[in-house]
Amino acid sequence: MNRRNFIKTSSLTSFATLIGAEVVFGSNLPEGYNLIALQEGDPFSLFRKNKDMVVLNEKPWNIEAQAHLLDDKITPNSNMFIRNNGLIPQNIDIKNWTLTIDGESVEKSKTYSLQELKTKFKAHTYQLTLECGGNGRSEYDPPAKGNQWTIGAVHCAKWTGIRLKDVLEDVGIKSNAVYIGYHSADSHLSGDPSKEPISRGVPMSKALQEETLIAFEMNGKEIPLAHGYPLRLACGGWPASTSGKWINRISIRDKEHDGTKMTGTAYRVPKNPVAPGDVVKDEDMGIIESMPVKSLITYPRSGAVLKEGQKLSIRGHAWAGELSVKQLEVSIDFGATWNVCTLEKPLNRLAWQHFSATVSFPKIGYYEVWARATDSKNVAQPMLVPGWNPKGYLNNACHRIAVKIV
Amino acid sequence: MAVKDNFNKQIEDIGRQLKIISIITSIASILFIVLLLNPNGFSFETIDTEQTITEVNEDLIENGIHVRTGFKDAEGLLTVVQNCTSCHSSKLVIQNRMNADRWNATIKWMQETQNLWDLGENQEVIVNYLVANYPPVEKGRRENIKDIEWYELNNR
Repeated sequence: MNRRNFIKTSSLTSFATLIGAEVVFGSNLPEGYNLIALQEGDPFSLFRKNKDMVVLNEKPWNIEAQAHLLDDKITPNSNMFIRNNGLIPQNIDIKNWTLTIDGESVEKSKTYSLQELKTKFKAHTYQLTLECGGNGRSEYDPPAKGNQWTIGAVHCAKWTGIRLKDVLEDVGIKSNAVYIGYHSADSHLSGDPSKEPISRGVPMSKALQEETLIAFEMNGKEIPLAHGYPLRLACGGWPASTSGKWINRISIRDKEHDGTKMTGTAYRVPKNPVAPGDVVKDEDMGIIESMPVKSLITYPRSGAVLKEGQKLSIRGHAWAGELSVKQLEVSIDFGATWNVCTLEKPLNRLAWQHFSATVSFPKIGYYEVWARATDSKNVAQPMLVPGWNPKGYLNNACHRIAVKIV
Repeated sequence: MAVKDNFNKQIEDIGRQLKIISIITSIASILFIVLLLNPNGFSFETIDTEQTITEVNEDLIENGIHVRTGFKDAEGLLTVVQNCTSCHSSKLVIQNRMNADRWNATIKWMQETQNLWDLGENQEVIVNYLVANYPPVEKGRRENIKDIEWYELNNR
């Protein structure tokens, strides 16, 4: 019923904007025809994704990119991963969409309409790296539970919105504020309306950063529905789960936020290193904050065959959570020798940095080109899969591509 | 006599009509009460029709694979399909590799946080199916690059 009303109240064109896809032959649809959208059907046309994107899960939708799909300097919607914890909201009413700021640590809770947010506060645009905390999970041994992301759960789009700190200033925050926690319009997989699929947040220090946005545009257009239309948080450099989608409420807490997937083992790693497969008590797990240094070779696609003497131009991106990347090196001999690449500065803080290099190969045969980034604190990517953790987070092992010289 | 017969007939007709009206009224009020108690009551009808439509192919097995879900055809398959795919996709199950202890812990977690029901005797059937058909594979600290699709790269 909601679905049908939703279709009726919005024209097909605006519906297409919502799902980021054109409804093909939309004008030929019979009146009252029920589009079974958003949870069933072909995700590539539904969310306008590149056909090479890999679907890990249909319910909830979890779709990842491959390295070569992330070659653009600014990731387009078509190649951005989707990580959902619940079901995409289907009855979005823009006119009545509000954002409420409440919680123990607000002077007085306040509710804004979308229009108020857009007109009352100054808009800012940042390119922000958002990477799923579980990106790379598939490499852990023993395997960790959850979606088995390989390398494609990262993107770096341009987000336009208002600063969370400007809104919090307008509301008035008490000095005992510790954490923010978002609440969203998506629904729990079980259909239980009393449960939230996910309600995470960040400490006040991150919430008050200039780049932390309440975003309403992505790459200069309305945010596609799968990426959080009409409002989402954007906390660059932190696990993407802190950048809540479809947000309608932000609670300012006087303690660490205790919403769904904040507690227990979710988005947490052992406070002290553990052996692979160890059982770790909940109280020995700590919340992930900044993501670690990492890089991807986005050109060429793995599997390139070159003629003897032919040089190979490679390129890609590197990022380091809250930090910047100070050096990027490549190796064609499994780390025995490294060569420093050209590395660009980020467009702004928390955006990924582009690298490029020309690689020559001494003789015919099978090679792997490995890339290794080093952050501003001199911490580099490991070549091996890093310390095992029960939920398989933070795998920032070097990316590599296969090359054959014939 | 004819007048009386006619009169009796009319009485009978009225009686019949009253009966029909009262039956219709009671059916309508029952439906109304059902709707009142359960606003989604009629959606069951939709679900029923959907089920009868898909029943033909629902559990089709091809090359040892349950076509609808992608699960391997083995002992316990239907128990897994019935209990493990109503909230999330079968893909979430298939891509995970765990031993019996960790599957049991995952089931407990789903019961505590995701409204999974008590599986009773089915729990053992499900865990046995998963451990037998989707066992963990040792990967070590770093695997070889797999499934390389070779292609000729020309300088541009």
